[in-house]
Amino acid sequence: MKAIKYAAGAAAVMFAVASAQAGDFKPAVVFDMGGKFDKSFNEGVYNGVERFKSEAGTKYREFEVTNETQREQAIRKMAQRGSNPVLGIGFAQGPAIEKVATEFPDTNFAIIDMVVDKPNVQSIVFKEHEGSFLVGVLAAMASKSGKVGFVGGMDIPLIRKFACGFAQGAKHANADVEVIQNMTGSTPSAWNDPGRGAELTKGQFDRGVDVVFAAAGGTGIGVYQAAADAGKYAIGVDSNQNHLHPGTMLTSMLKRVDVAAYNVFKSSSEGKFVPGMNVLGLAEGGVGWALDEHNEKLISAEMKAAVDQAEADIIAGKIVVQDYMSDNKCDY
Amino acid sequence: MSTKVKKPLPVWADVALIPLINILLALFVAGLIVLAIGEDPFEALEILILGAFGYEESLGYTLYYTTNFIFTGLAVAVAFHASLFNIGGEGQAYIGGLGVGLILLALDGILPFWMLLPLAIMAAALFGTAWVAVPAYLQAYRGSHIVITTIMFNFIAYFLMNYLLVDVIKAPAQMSPESRVFADNAHMPFMHEILGWFGIETAATPLNGSLFWAVVCCIFVWIFIWRTRWGYMLRTVGQNESAAQYAGIDSRKIVMVALGISGALAGFVGMNEVMGVHHKVLLNFVAGYGFTGIAVSLMGRNHPVGIVLASLLFGILYQGGAELAFEIPAFSREFVVAIQGLIILFCGALTYMCKPWIEGLFYMLQSDPKPAEKEA
Repeated sequence: MKAIKYAAGAAAVMFAVASAQAGDFKPAVVFDMGGKFDKSFNEGVYNGVERFKSEAGTKYREFEVTNETQREQAIRKMAQRGSNPVLGIGFAQGPAIEKVATEFPDTNFAIIDMVVDKPNVQSIVFKEHEGSFLVGVLAAMASKSGKVGFVGGMDIPLIRKFACGFAQGAKHANADVEVIQNMTGSTPSAWNDPGRGAELTKGQFDRGVDVVFAAAGGTGIGVYQAAADAGKYAIGVDSNQNHLHPGTMLTSMLKRVDVAAYNVFKSSSEGKFVPGMNVLGLAEGGVGWALDEHNEKLISAEMKAAVDQAEADIIAGKIVVQDYMSDNKCDY
Repeated sequence: MSTKVKKPLPVWADVALIPLINILLALFVAGLIVLAIGEDPFEALEILILGAFGYEESLGYTLYYTTNFIFTGLAVAVAFHASLFNIGGEGQAYIGGLGVGLILLALDGILPFWMLLPLAIMAAALFGTAWVAVPAYLQAYRGSHIVITTIMFNFIAYFLMNYLLVDVIKAPAQMSPESRVFADNAHMPFMHEILGWFGIETAATPLNGSLFWAVVCCIFVWIFIWRTRWGYMLRTVGQNESAAQYAGIDSRKIVMVALGISGALAGFVGMNEVMGVHHKVLLNFVAGYGFTGIAVSLMGRNHPVGIVLASLLFGILYQGGAELAFEIPAFSREFVVAIQGLIILFCGALTYMCKPWIEGLFYMLQSDPKPAEKEA
């Protein structure tokens, strides 16, 4: 009897140890107000962490915030429940991550699109202006009218950064090019208003634009549709959207948030989480432009050579793309 | 016997029983939906209630939401007593917060807290009132419908705030369109700090001193509506504008006063959020509290006591709902909104759906003893 009891006790202890080890790695992600199915930024993160889940077989905790106050609440709850690392999405979560990271110094945090200077936080930011520059080059070269358009989502500095990089790239390829810009709106609903996106695009077409770049989340769907209807070119954003309308999608400017999110979970699971700045530009493969079977006919050898040259020059530092957010100006 | 008429429902049944039945109906339908997505409704209810009250932190969040709903609920109620439907609480709260933010940004390093507080209260009220002043004027003197104008002013508020935050107030060298953080002396003390002064340790939550101001506002609204001459005139205009006019009440002035007070009350949401929680001016801090205030006011029967209770209910739904989304992965945040929608549907839109049945029930209960008397 005694022996059995002892064995059972030992088994229980061993089981407890094993489960504690399995419980060590509990990743969590806090999506922002757009929600995880926003066809854009948050969804990119969602795809990244889902890929990790299917590869590693590790479940993750998630939460989608619905108001300003919930950000801090959700991040703190993740940390309280022992989640590690906790991944925050979007610049708006910066202050919340900073506060909670101070309260839980033993938990690792990561944030995309924002810099939080704490010893246990990895800050992942992208050089969107560099990627936008490249698609600006392509747009100006593909345009016959010499007019290219930009449709932004919500009018915030980040989107102006896209617009500014795009305009610089267009001017780089063709100094006479005219860039017409519109923002969809000034509330978060501007991220998800395809109808208005289509209207703005048609308005730009009426003014002579024949290539339009949308950095507008779900609103972009309307922009691409309007371009497809009018037989003009559109450029996608964040993920590769070339497949949406093959033939009129000139290219997509890539911002690899999925890779960034995947890497945070992956490196943590291997115990290789590194706090600090993680700037992903052209050189790091964090931004870029998409070339696949859907748009290879639209990109001529000359265009490809020009954009490859621009990319090499940016990486080498010969071209410095003005970053709108560094000084809130776009004077290049 | 035959001359017996249907008596009106007793007051307690009208103000307490019917809302309670409505809530239970809404929860029942919500429970069916929970079943449909394959979760246990009783477990969900338990998480909802525990998530709203179960621990110190959750209670703080619940009461923080409640504070906002009290302000917007009172705002809707005051206008409603004058038969005006102010659905611009969203914009008024937003601009009220702007007022608080501007005052604090200008003076936070200069004046002590006890001087900043009344200034912030005045700024919230003034800016909220100013935002409703144009729709109020158009309603009173030009006959433009208040529903249309206030909702349009919500959009103007969004755009104005966006312009100001992106281009004017934004602190330099940062990503978010937000102002700088106010100096410490311009923060409304958090409740856990206030309790800390008395030696009571509680968890840190966004609940702050604005709750006390919300209580003051409740008392003020009660006195104003039912105990002052202005309140009497306001209710008279609400009941029958022609009669009020005939009795010598300037109904146009009353419309201006009612909406002005309504806007000021909504503006205090800005104080709770900007001065109390975030300590900076930022985008979208109103997050629908203005619209929820309409449901709160309807449910609370436009009376401060009812509004406090309804605000508490919505506070529970907001905080407990977030907890549900956190604990059960199958619950998306849209589902939480659906539950809130059901409660609004049953308690607001279908308020009187059950009333005939309840009346019938009371009628039966009342007539029962009669045959017994006869026998005796």
